[in-house]
Amino acid sequence: MPRTITAIALLFAACAAGTVAAAQELRIGLQDDADILDPDQSRTFVGRIVYAGLCDKLVDIDPDLTIVPMLATGWEFSDGGTTLTMQLRDGVTFHDGTPFDAAAVVANIDRSKNLPESRRKSELASIESAEATGPLEVTMKLGAPDATLLSQFADRAGMMLSPTATEAMGLDFGLAPVCSGPFKFVERVQQDRIVLEKFPEYWNADAIHLERVVYLPIPDTTVRFANLRAGDLDMLERLAATDLAAAKADPDLTVESAVSLGYQGVTMNVGNGPRADNPLGRSALVRQALSLSIDRGALNQVVFEGAFAPGNQPFPPGSAWYDERFPVPTRDVAQAKALLAEAGHPDGVDIELQTTNNPVQLQVAQVLQAMAAETGIRLNIVSKEFATQLKDQTAGDFEASSIGWSGRTDPDGNIHQFQTCGGGINDSRICIPEVDELLNAARVGEDFAARKAAYDDARDILVKEGSIMYLYHPTWIWALDDAVTGFVPYPDGMIRLEGVRKAG
Amino acid sequence: MTRFILRRLLIAIPTVILISVFVFLLQKLLPGDPVLALAGEERDPETLAFLREKYRLNDPLPMQYLYWAQAALQGDLGISLRTRQPVLELIGEKLPVTLQLAVMSLTVAVAIGAPMGVLAAVKKGTFWDWIANAVALSGLSIPNFWLGIMLILLVSVNLGWLPASGYRPLSEDFWQSIRTMLMPAFVLGTGLAAALMRHTRSAMLGVLRMDYVRTARAKGLSERRVILRHALRNALGPVVTVSALLFGELLAGAVLTEQIFTIPGFGKAIVDAVFNRDYAVVQGVVLVTALAFIAMNLLADVAQALLNPRLRDAP
Amino acid sequence: MSAALERETTRAGPSGAASARGGASSDATPDAAARPARRRSRVWAKLRASPTALVGGVLVAAFALIALAAPLTGLDPAATDWGAIRKPPSAAHPLGADELGRDVLARMVWGARASLLAGVVSVAMAVAVGAPLGMLAGWARGWTDAAISRATEALLACPFLILAIAFAAFLGPSLTNAMIAIGLSAAPVFIRIARAETMRVAAEDYVESARAAGVGQAAILWRTVAPNIAPPLLVQATLTVATAIIAEASLSFLGLGQQPPAPSWGSMLNVAKGFLEQAPWMALWPGAAIFAVVLGFNMLGDGLRDALDPRQN
Repeated sequence: MPRTITAIALLFAACAAGTVAAAQELRIGLQDDADILDPDQSRTFVGRIVYAGLCDKLVDIDPDLTIVPMLATGWEFSDGGTTLTMQLRDGVTFHDGTPFDAAAVVANIDRSKNLPESRRKSELASIESAEATGPLEVTMKLGAPDATLLSQFADRAGMMLSPTATEAMGLDFGLAPVCSGPFKFVERVQQDRIVLEKFPEYWNADAIHLERVVYLPIPDTTVRFANLRAGDLDMLERLAATDLAAAKADPDLTVESAVSLGYQGVTMNVGNGPRADNPLGRSALVRQALSLSIDRGALNQVVFEGAFAPGNQPFPPGSAWYDERFPVPTRDVAQAKALLAEAGHPDGVDIELQTTNNPVQLQVAQVLQAMAAETGIRLNIVSKEFATQLKDQTAGDFEASSIGWSGRTDPDGNIHQFQTCGGGINDSRICIPEVDELLNAARVGEDFAARKAAYDDARDILVKEGSIMYLYHPTWIWALDDAVTGFVPYPDGMIRLEGVRKAG
Repeated sequence: MTRFILRRLLIAIPTVILISVFVFLLQKLLPGDPVLALAGEERDPETLAFLREKYRLNDPLPMQYLYWAQAALQGDLGISLRTRQPVLELIGEKLPVTLQLAVMSLTVAVAIGAPMGVLAAVKKGTFWDWIANAVALSGLSIPNFWLGIMLILLVSVNLGWLPASGYRPLSEDFWQSIRTMLMPAFVLGTGLAAALMRHTRSAMLGVLRMDYVRTARAKGLSERRVILRHALRNALGPVVTVSALLFGELLAGAVLTEQIFTIPGFGKAIVDAVFNRDYAVVQGVVLVTALAFIAMNLLADVAQALLNPRLRDAP
Repeated sequence: MSAALERETTRAGPSGAASARGGASSDATPDAAARPARRRSRVWAKLRASPTALVGGVLVAAFALIALAAPLTGLDPAATDWGAIRKPPSAAHPLGADELGRDVLARMVWGARASLLAGVVSVAMAVAVGAPLGMLAGWARGWTDAAISRATEALLACPFLILAIAFAAFLGPSLTNAMIAIGLSAAPVFIRIARAETMRVAAEDYVESARAAGVGQAAILWRTVAPNIAPPLLVQATLTVATAIIAEASLSFLGLGQQPPAPSWGSMLNVAKGFLEQAPWMALWPGAAIFAVVLGFNMLGDGLRDALDPRQN
């Protein structure tokens, strides 16, 4: 028996010694597994995190959301905003050696716009034609001025794929993606890992200090955090807000954060099929009452230990687009009750609230439920798998739905498609022609003040009629081993690897 | 014997067809479809409509099944709509992982279950028998997923001895691979150990009553020799049979355990695919799991038939 | 023939040893079957004498009592208290408080209802579906039997939890739907046992004589076959309740069972796994309770099987 124990002890010792992760290999824990690694076809958030290492874009953003050069070194709008001319970086090659030039950009725009499977079509809808007007100059004709176009080029629509590879691989490009980013694709095992290695001919190779990057999808936040502390990961994204205190207290870890561009809210069905015929869908007063009965600060404290940003608009407080005239409302149960009574429901109302069946969202829903109950709004929580929730929401089979939006750099991406008649993801089917006019105008303007004024005017209407009750803006929280330095947090939640070093 | 095996194989054919129809129908009943689940927050109606048309999701159900079956018969299990990876390739990636988990779990189960069963049988009616039974009952009653998260809490979070996840293939990093599989194998293995212990105990009890054991004892052989040489060897048959069955079970039983320890095997693939409505993946992986289950059952039956010829003619 | 060794072997399935010790009592003697009354009293005496059955029975009874008495305790499982979020055990909250400041003890007590209900109702459903089909297959033989048997095998070959997950996802998350999902997924085991037992009983002399006496088929099935195949089904049912409770917890753990704010042990664990370090008590108690009640049913089932197994006479 003692021999067995010794043997087991030895085994444990051997195991504990385990592997020492190779220096210059950065292991990053992701919350989900990415979908197909083809920027034209993919849609997952974590996919974009991988692209940050794999695929360069025409332009990028800086942490303040200003558009900065990347593969395009300069650009200019002319003809009243209907022509965009871009100068391209010289001496850039794709991972397969194909040179990056104007023809490659034209091919990429063509693929994003015309590949039937492309999910980027609506993002580049304003482009009517693109033409190589020089070896390193592209000129695009737009159907109408488009203030959002550059920000689209700062995301997947602006990612440049090797034309040689897209030609050869077609729809299966994502199985072995070839771009021009700082790292090239090595391998992927679904639900397990995505491995990239340094691309020596990268145009900005001096800023890259890592040899390999491994992305590991680990959905369970506790496990992801435990792995970081055990040294099996070098950094992770989306640390649970409730683990923030523990991470900060750990001397071996550093924590970085940035308020995201996205939001979490409750979408209310006001015109999507027969189920819109409920007190919440019929009466703006009831919607206002619901909003007034929620203490957004307390919600943030209870569920996220105060780490997120309470909100009441599509843009987070602090954003240049935030409308200061409507600060996050304080809870007012008396006023909410009065509104309910005015709407003809002195005895309260029963509303079905659908939510995603993960513990955090269920917790949010239950806090809403407890708060709303004090006003007399009885929320009946129905949790659904994400796929079911999406289906029911699209089909109008819901009264209220708790759902988030990951956010876009340009304000248009956070509001236009949700609040305009016939908008692509306007699941509440709210339709106010005045709002449409304002949001369409904000889309074409180039002048910040004019755009801001249009959004503010839309706000005046939406704050009364609103079919989306904004609750909070998540904060991206990254936890890193203190051997990792040079990481810069961005509000888009991406992990840019330029300047990142790993000691040891 | 050949006829017996052939007969069993023949019977398995309609079963397999039924499984494929059944799994197909079941997932078609699920609300939503892969196109929508994949679109997530970016639900551009035109692209969705195009993709539905392209993947023939609007065709009548029987036709959709026939498309799948026709391709499957030619060895093409389709592609994952989420990543465009061929399902067969995906299975090839996942199978070794789950097999490793199954083998390690079975090792744990045999290492714990068999000696305990022998002990309980030899010391029948004593304190040791009682203890072994109590342990087995407890092993059967602990929920896997709870044992899993408690182990993560204790071993990974508090003690920091083993990683809570981070599987690597054996060929790439042997120690890391073993290290990450220890806890999950323990979780699955202890549950099986309980079953194995009880089978071993009853098999041993049966053998110990046999004449040749009595004879051996009467000849004055040491008790240790009687048990190890004669009794155990004969009790091994049923135990091996049960192990084969358990192995089939394990492929299926790893579902929650893989989820908890983030092991990229079959179980995780199925659950994620169900939630993503990745039809071809669900269909392919369940089919392979079911085939493995049937194969193990067949193997167990053959083993039993070899041990007990009377059974060969049974229906 | 692997009926005796089917999926009751893993923890996810009912106790595997059920079969090892001859759960399907395949050589019950005709006279034992023919005199149910005398047998019943003997079984009862054996059951009372079995410490396993006794402890199991007491465990099960205790949890049943807690579940029934939940409304009388005055404990509110849904009362939130923002000031008590994830507070450790104290006088106010003997088992601690959860992520919304709710009393864990109250949620445990009310959660017992969900677990026991899920266990018992889903098994009742599985027996109601499985036993008649199995009897039909075993009695009619021929093509009916072949069809039912192949379908049963197909179901058995699909992973139990995957079936349950798919059913539950299809029906939509709720406790009722979880019970239906588990019931349907557990039915094949009962089909197999009922079939095997019916075939055994059908060959007995007393069934032959009933047939010879011109008794109708339905009457034979109901009056003669059913009582004689009941004991192994009862044993299996008791053991399956244990599995069903774990299955409900597993589904709730995946978010497909009991809906908030109503508690179930599984959904409590689902939330608790996010706070393992900050609030380990949130994970400890529900798991321990599942363990205890499942142990109870397993022990009761073991005791029942021993008492009903004529070979031990």
